[in-house]
Amino acid sequence: MLTFIVQRLFQAVLVMLVVALVAFSLFRFVGDPVATMLGQEATVADREALRDRLGLNDPIAAQFGRFVVNAAQGEFGISYRLQQPVLELILERLPATLELAFVSGVLAFVFGVVLGIYTALRRDGVLSNIIMTTSLIGVSLPTFLIGVLLIWVFAVELQWLPSFGRGEVVDIGGWKTGFLTVNGLQSLILPAITLGLYQMTLIMRLVRAEMLEVLRTDYIKFARARGLTDRAINFGHALKNTLVPVITITGLQLGSIIAFAIITETVFQWPGVGFLFINSIQFVDVPVMAAYLIFIALVFVTINLIVDILYFVVDPRLRVERSTGGG
Amino acid sequence: MTLLEIDRLSVAFPTRRQTFVAVNEASLMVEPGMIHGLVGESGAGKSTIGAAVMGLLEPPGRITGGVIRFQGEEISGRDEQAMRALRGARISMIFQDPLTSLNPLLTVEQQLVETIRMHLKLSEADAQKRAVELIDRVGIPQPELRVKQYPHQFSGGMRQRVVIALALCSEPEVIIADEPTTALDVSIQAQILDLIKELARERQVGVILITHDMGVIADTTDRVTVMYRGEVVESGTTEDVLGRPSHDYTKSLIAAVPRPSLKLRRFPLISYGDRAATAGIAELSTMWPDMKGDQDAPLLEVRDVSKLFIQKRAWRPSKREYLRAVDDVSFDIRKGEVFGLVGESGSGKSTVARTIATLYHANAGSILFDGVDVTALKSDRALESYRRQIQMIFQDPYSSLNPRMRVLDIVAEPMRHHKIETDPGRIRDQVEDLLERVGLGASAAIKFPHEFSGGQRQRISIARALATRPRFLICDEPTSALDVSIQAQILNILKDLQDHLHLTMLFISHDLPVVRQMCDRVGVMRHGKLVELAETNALFENPQHPYTRELLGLMPKLEGLSTEGLEIEAA
Amino acid sequence: MTDITPEQTQPAKPARPRGRLTRWWDSDVAWSFRHSPVAIVATFVVAVMSLAALLAPWIAPYHPFDPATLNLLDGFTPPMQENQFTGNVFWLGTDDQGRDIFSAILYGSRISLFVGISAVLFAMTLGVTLGLIAGYVGGWIDTLIMRVADVQLSFPSILIALLVFGIARGFIPPAYRADMAIWVLIVSIGLSDWVQYARTVRGATLVERSKDYVQAARLIGVPSGLIMLRHVLPNVLGPVLVIATIGLALAIITEATLSFLGVGVPPTQPSLGTLIRIGQGFLFSGEWWIILFPSIALLALALAVNLLGDWMRDALNPKLR
Repeated sequence: MLTFIVQRLFQAVLVMLVVALVAFSLFRFVGDPVATMLGQEATVADREALRDRLGLNDPIAAQFGRFVVNAAQGEFGISYRLQQPVLELILERLPATLELAFVSGVLAFVFGVVLGIYTALRRDGVLSNIIMTTSLIGVSLPTFLIGVLLIWVFAVELQWLPSFGRGEVVDIGGWKTGFLTVNGLQSLILPAITLGLYQMTLIMRLVRAEMLEVLRTDYIKFARARGLTDRAINFGHALKNTLVPVITITGLQLGSIIAFAIITETVFQWPGVGFLFINSIQFVDVPVMAAYLIFIALVFVTINLIVDILYFVVDPRLRVERSTGGG
Repeated sequence: MTLLEIDRLSVAFPTRRQTFVAVNEASLMVEPGMIHGLVGESGAGKSTIGAAVMGLLEPPGRITGGVIRFQGEEISGRDEQAMRALRGARISMIFQDPLTSLNPLLTVEQQLVETIRMHLKLSEADAQKRAVELIDRVGIPQPELRVKQYPHQFSGGMRQRVVIALALCSEPEVIIADEPTTALDVSIQAQILDLIKELARERQVGVILITHDMGVIADTTDRVTVMYRGEVVESGTTEDVLGRPSHDYTKSLIAAVPRPSLKLRRFPLISYGDRAATAGIAELSTMWPDMKGDQDAPLLEVRDVSKLFIQKRAWRPSKREYLRAVDDVSFDIRKGEVFGLVGESGSGKSTVARTIATLYHANAGSILFDGVDVTALKSDRALESYRRQIQMIFQDPYSSLNPRMRVLDIVAEPMRHHKIETDPGRIRDQVEDLLERVGLGASAAIKFPHEFSGGQRQRISIARALATRPRFLICDEPTSALDVSIQAQILNILKDLQDHLHLTMLFISHDLPVVRQMCDRVGVMRHGKLVELAETNALFENPQHPYTRELLGLMPKLEGLSTEGLEIEAA
Repeated sequence: MTDITPEQTQPAKPARPRGRLTRWWDSDVAWSFRHSPVAIVATFVVAVMSLAALLAPWIAPYHPFDPATLNLLDGFTPPMQENQFTGNVFWLGTDDQGRDIFSAILYGSRISLFVGISAVLFAMTLGVTLGLIAGYVGGWIDTLIMRVADVQLSFPSILIALLVFGIARGFIPPAYRADMAIWVLIVSIGLSDWVQYARTVRGATLVERSKDYVQAARLIGVPSGLIMLRHVLPNVLGPVLVIATIGLALAIITEATLSFLGVGVPPTQPSLGTLIRIGQGFLFSGEWWIILFPSIALLALALAVNLLGDWMRDALNPKLR
C-alpha cells in the first residue's frame, strides 16, 4: 500500500514537472518578456541590463530551476495585462470557480450515476429510451449553447433568475462565498446547471455502458443460476463491479469540470479563474496562462491520486497479494 | 421416481434470416444418484438443454415445444419468480470457466453466505458455519482460512471447487454441469470429476454432465445421451452406447476418438451427414523436393535451449524476476520423423515451438537446421532460406487467418514473399490446386475466412503452410480447438503429409492419445524441462519418469469403446 | 463487416456467385442500418447539411460577407417579414449588418465542417500512426507515447486546444494571425484529440498482434512495417471509424466553442460558433432569430453526427448483436 502511494506520488511530481516545463517554455519562448516589459523605445543597454536582472542570460536549466522554486511558492510574476501579481489575481477569483465547480460536480455525479444505473437495468424501457435519446442531445449541445438557452428562457423571457455575475457575496476570512445570500444562490443556479449537464450526460452514459458490460459476465449468469434475486444481483454484484472503472473516469470528469468552467464563466460573466484565463489568452498574457496551467495540473494530479487510492480500496485484486493455493 | 424428465423439448432461436432450431424434440431422464452424460459436438444443442432446464435461455431463445418435469411437476412453463425458487435451491448449475464464474470483488464466504441465506432460513453465523463445511467438503484445505479469501487468490482447479460448493449451498437434487472440466488441466480435471462422482453417490444428487469429451463420458457417467444438431440420436447406459453403438452418427463419433492403447494407421472415414471432405495430398508429391534420402540424420537439432520471460521489470538487472519458460532443453528431430512434445499448460512446449519458428529468440543454446545454426542468423535476410523451409500450423483456427484477407491472398502470401512464384495467374493456379488438395475446392480462394467452419479454416492453414513447399512443419496443438470428428479428418491430412511428402514434423499436444496416433518419438515436458524422451510405443508401454507415469495414469482408458471399423496398426 | 474492406490486391476478378453490392446490401451492418430509422434520418441530415455547405457559394441567396452587397437598412429584419425600409424578405431574417441569416448559416457550416473534418483527419492520422507503432513495437517507444497520452488525457481537450491556440498566437506575428487562424484552429483541435485514437488503436493492436495470423506472417518473414499496414491496420479500423464519427461531432462543438469564446476563426470567416457569439449580443433586445437559427443548425449537425456514431458503435459491436 505504502509503496503504491509513494510510487503514485512520484509520478504526480513528474507530471507536475513536465507541466512546469511547458509553462516555463511559455514564459521563455512565447513573445519577448523584455520587449513586453520595456516597450519598443528602450536602448540595447537597457534591455541587456534587464535581461541580466531577470536572469535571462543564465543557463536554461538554472532558469527552469528558479522557475520551479518560484512556482512552488506561488510566485508567477506580474500580469502583463492587469499589472497585478498573478497569485493575487488567481486567489481572488478562486472561490467563485470552486463553488461553481462543486455544485455542478455534485449535480453531475448524483444524477449521472442514478440515471446510468436506471437506464442499464431497464434497458428496453420507454423511460430509459427517452433518457438515452435526451442524453445524446445533451452530448451534442455545446456547453455555451446550454448556457445561452437557459439565459434566454429563465433570464430574458421568464425573468426568474439573474443572467450574469455572482450576485451578493459574503466575505468569510478572505473567501467570498455566494452560498449565504438568496441572490448569490439564485445566481448560481443557471451556471451550475450549464456546467453540470454535459458532465452528467457523460457520466450517465458511462455508468450505463459499464453496468451493461458487467451484466453480461459469467459471474452474473452464475449468480442468476444460484437463484439470487434480481435485487441482490443488480445491487450486490453488478453495481459494485461497475463502480470500479466508473470511479476512475468519473474522477477525471469531475476534474474537467474546473476546466470546462472556462466556457460557463464566459457565458455568465462569472468572475472566476476561467474567465481570467480566456482573457489572458486573447492578450497573450503569459504569466496568467502559465499560472493557470499549473493550477489546473495541480487539480488533476490531486484528483488522479485520490482516484488511485480509491481504486485500491475498492478492488481486492490490487489490495491482497496473490497467493498460490495448490490445484 | 424420475427426478428430472425432459420430454420432447424443442428450443428455437429466431434470427432475422431464419429460425434456428437449437433443440428438436429431445428427451432425457435423470434419476437420483446417477450421472447422466450429454455428449455431442459443437452446435449439438447440449448446452441449450441445460439452460432451458434452468430457465436461463439467452434471448431471443425460447421453448417451442415439449415439457420439463421436476419430480413429476411441470416446470417449463413457470414464471421467473417460481423458477428462482428452484434455481440454486433444488436445481444447481456449474459453468465451464471457473476463472470468470466468481465475483472478483466479494470473498468466497460472502458469496456462499449470500446464496445459503437466499435459500435456507439460517442466521448469519450458521450460514458462515455451513460455508466453511461446504468448502471443507469440496476438498479445499484450511477451509476456515480460505473462506475469507477473494477468488483471485485461488488457482483454477480450486476455483472450480468453490463453484461446486456454491452449487451445493442448499442441498440441490439436480446439478447441471456444463463442461465443468474443459478449462482445466488433465490432472485437475480428474480430481474435479471424482468430486462430482462422490457427491452424486453420497447425496443422491442427479447430475447432467454436458461435455464434448468421450473420455469424460466413459470414465464418469452411468447413462449417456448422444446429440447431433439438436436431436437425440441415441440414449442408454454408457457401457451399451459406447461399446455397441447402434446409430451411424454415434458409430462415426466413437470411431473418430483417438485411443491411448491402440495405434491406428488412419482414422476411419465413416462419414455422417455432410461432414466428409476428401483430400488428395498424394498428388502433391510430384511437386515436392525428394526428401527421403538419409533417414537417420537429424534435420533439426535443439541444443541446450533456454527461454526466459521477464515477470517483474526493474531498473537494476539483479532485481528483475524471470520465468524460465524453457529450461535447458535438447533434442534432435530426424529427417522424415514426427516428433511429439507433450505436457500440461505452462510446461513450455509451445514456447519451444515458437523459438524454433524464430518467433522468439532463445536466451541460451542453439538450434541447428540441416547443420546450420539458425540462432546465429540475426537479420531477416539471413533467415529467409530457413523460414522458407519451415512452416507452422496454429492452434486456434479463428485467429490464425487474417479476417480481412481473402483465402487466395492468405495462401499466396508466403509464395509472394519468398518469390516462389511471381506470375499472378500461376500463383492463383497453385493456390487453387493446394485448396483442392486439402479438400476445400478451388472456389474457396475468393472467400473470406469467416465463411468457413473451424475445421475448414484449419485446412486453409495447412494449405498456407504447404505453399512454400517446406521440409519441416510445426504443428502447435493443431486439433485441440476442433470437434473430434473434424480432428480425425485433420489428423488424416497430417498423416498424408507425412506418408506422401515425407515432411518432418514437430507435433505439440496436451492430448496423449492423439500423440500416440501421430508421433514416432515423444518428449515429455514439465515446468520448462524435458523430463523424458522415448519412442512412442516404449513411452506408452513402459514410462520411466514418475511424471510421465502420472500423466498416463490420468489419461482416460477408453477400453469400453467400440473398435468397429478401425484399421489398427499396433496395440 | 468484410464487405467494407478496402480492395484487396487481386490479380483477376473471378465471376462471383453474388455481386458485391448484393452481398453488401445483405450484410448485418446494412441490415441494421435499414432497420434503424434514427440512423437513416441522421444520415439524411448530415448529407443535406454537408451538401448545402459544400454548395454554399452557388445556392446561398446572398453573399453575407461581401461588404459590397450588404445594405445596413436591411438590418434586424425578422424572419419571413418585409423589411420596413427596403421591403426585402429574408427566410430567417437578418442580423445588425443586414446579413441574411440563412446564407450566413450556409457559409458558417462550411467553415465548421471544414475545420471539423480537417481536425478529425489530423487527429486520426496522428493517433492511428502513434497507436499502431506503440502497440506493435512496444518497449520504451510504447512507454513514451502512452505516458504522453496519459498526461494529455488528464486534461480536457478544450483546454489543450485553448493552450495550443494561445501558444501559437504567441509565435505568429499579429499581422498573420487572422490568415493563419483556421489552420491554427485545426491543429489545436487535432492535437487535443489524437489520444483517443492512439489508445484505442494501441489496445486493438496489442490484441491483434498476439493473434496467430500475425505470428504466421512473422514466420513467413514479412517485415514489421508491412505486417502493421497489411495485417494489423485493416483489423483495427472498425473502432477507429466509430471514434472518428463521434470525434467529428466533438470537433465541430469544440470549434464552435472556441469561436464562441472569441479565440477561434476570425470574424471575416465566421463559423456557426461565431454567428452564435454575434447573436448572443442581441438576445436581450429581442432579436432572437439572430442566435436561434445558427444554434439550431449547430445542434442539428452535432446531434445527427452523434446519432450516426452511436448507431455505428452498436452495429459494429459483435457483443451486442
